[in-house]
Amino acid sequence: MQVTVSAVAAWMTSFADVVHANAAYLTELDSAIGDADHGANLDRGMKAVVALDASTFDSASAYLKKAGMTLVSTVGGASGPLYGTLFMRIGAALPADGEVTPAILGDALQAGLDGIVARGKALVGDKTMVDALTPAIDAYRGAESQGVPAALAAAAKGAADGRDATIPLVARKGRASYLGERSAGHQDPGATSVTMLMESAAAMHVG
Amino acid sequence: MRVDANHLCTFSQDLATSVQRCDTGAMKKLINDAADVVSESLLGVEAAHSDIVRVDHDQKVIYRKSAPVAGKVGLISGGGSGHEPMHGGFVGMGMLDAACCGEVFTSPVPDQMLAATSAVDGGAGVLHIVKNYTGDVMNFEMAAEMAEGTEVATIVVDDDVAVKDSLWTAGRRGVGTTVLMEKIVGAAAEEMRDLAAIHALATKVNATGRSMGMALTSCTVPAAGKPTFDIGDDEMEMGVGIHGEPGRTRLKIASAKDVTEMLCAPILEDLDFKGDVIAMVNGMGGTPLIELYVMYNEVDKYLKSHGVTIVRRLVGNYITSLDMAGASVTLLKADDEILKLWDAPVLTAGLRWGC
Repeated sequence: MQVTVSAVAAWMTSFADVVHANAAYLTELDSAIGDADHGANLDRGMKAVVALDASTFDSASAYLKKAGMTLVSTVGGASGPLYGTLFMRIGAALPADGEVTPAILGDALQAGLDGIVARGKALVGDKTMVDALTPAIDAYRGAESQGVPAALAAAAKGAADGRDATIPLVARKGRASYLGERSAGHQDPGATSVTMLMESAAAMHVG
Repeated sequence: MRVDANHLCTFSQDLATSVQRCDTGAMKKLINDAADVVSESLLGVEAAHSDIVRVDHDQKVIYRKSAPVAGKVGLISGGGSGHEPMHGGFVGMGMLDAACCGEVFTSPVPDQMLAATSAVDGGAGVLHIVKNYTGDVMNFEMAAEMAEGTEVATIVVDDDVAVKDSLWTAGRRGVGTTVLMEKIVGAAAEEMRDLAAIHALATKVNATGRSMGMALTSCTVPAAGKPTFDIGDDEMEMGVGIHGEPGRTRLKIASAKDVTEMLCAPILEDLDFKGDVIAMVNGMGGTPLIELYVMYNEVDKYLKSHGVTIVRRLVGNYITSLDMAGASVTLLKADDEILKLWDAPVLTAGLRWGC
């Protein structure tokens, strides 16, 4: 099974479109418990990713690594290093020839999550993007035997469940943590955007 | 928290007021385009202070004109814009070699710190002065990891006593002590102390400096176009951060005397400051100097009555939050070494004496 440059480029384009369409919504979520810039920052970064010329990359791995570096260089804040690390680690974990099995793709997603945890030091329950990404990968693993499309669809569902579960949580990382108890009752913006990423991934054609 | 009918009533009135303000009141700022605020302000910095600094407009980095200084440890700080004069106003002889300017309230990206790190390396290594905010810490950390051929040390400033439970948050925020550190460590770097000594001094300053701030109004981020948070006309936020992050409590507005006690008591509870201190009574950007001097008088009296003597001070706008009204108090223990470095010459746009 092949993960091609065009497949991951389409994934990035789809994610960029969703982020752009929901930039005001993400910023609104962020203004409730953060600093009101998540939508605008991620939108700016994903526009720069989409502007990359996919035809100049000879592998999905190289393309994703560059996408990650582009985000780090354009986004700033916490989401730049976190999303940048996610894409760079996924890219680095993909084989250069793009030949994958469902398990290899799952390992790549796990590598991305591990990178985010190493960079941001957030654990499950801290009310961050980790709370959506962790159940997404668990769900992927659970559906892995049914093939990549089914596993990615399960991952998107897992992410959405994790995102919704951030609402009652008290934030322990990032700027929202300064709110203490007052952060409860709000959906985490990072968990929301990373769910959009997994929903875009579910639409990705890997064949 | 208990919510009763009275509270709800006040809250809904506040909400109505603020909604009205957002709907009817256009943001009033002296700008051309919200998207160009940072880049155009950097053009202004360069035009005004070309004797002291030069500006890399692509990377949005303000450099000391004479950087790199051979044999001197390079000092870099940076963060989101909107806190002027910090950090760009503190670039020059006796303070920083470079300030990396992010978007308003958004940390700069590693490319900026990487460019600055190699540009100010005079052969003795570079110190990154980072305020403890998640984004700043991560972006500086990535830059330090990527820096090749330059020895980099990092100090993370976390002096805000308003953040009570550091274990369950991103930790104490880095605020006013950063300004005092940049001055003191800058003077030590001019003495050609090595990187390990500079880092040890920065660690000492961070360990002996504490701050707490409060806000009377919200600030308005140009790109957002509306106030960051809603606050009633008769309310204040005690323990606010420098981006309008919520503090410890929302209270009815009080006198300067009472506000002073609310700011200073938690600082003195956190660290024993008995003896000599350097004090900073800092404006958040929207409070006039006359009020800051009223505050200074109260701070001076309060500290005296608690066995603390101010031997050096700053009164003014040094670490701001755009147009937020309010003030913060920073105290730093002052021994002979610290005072000697504090009194050493400095020539920057925001701080200059002795030269």
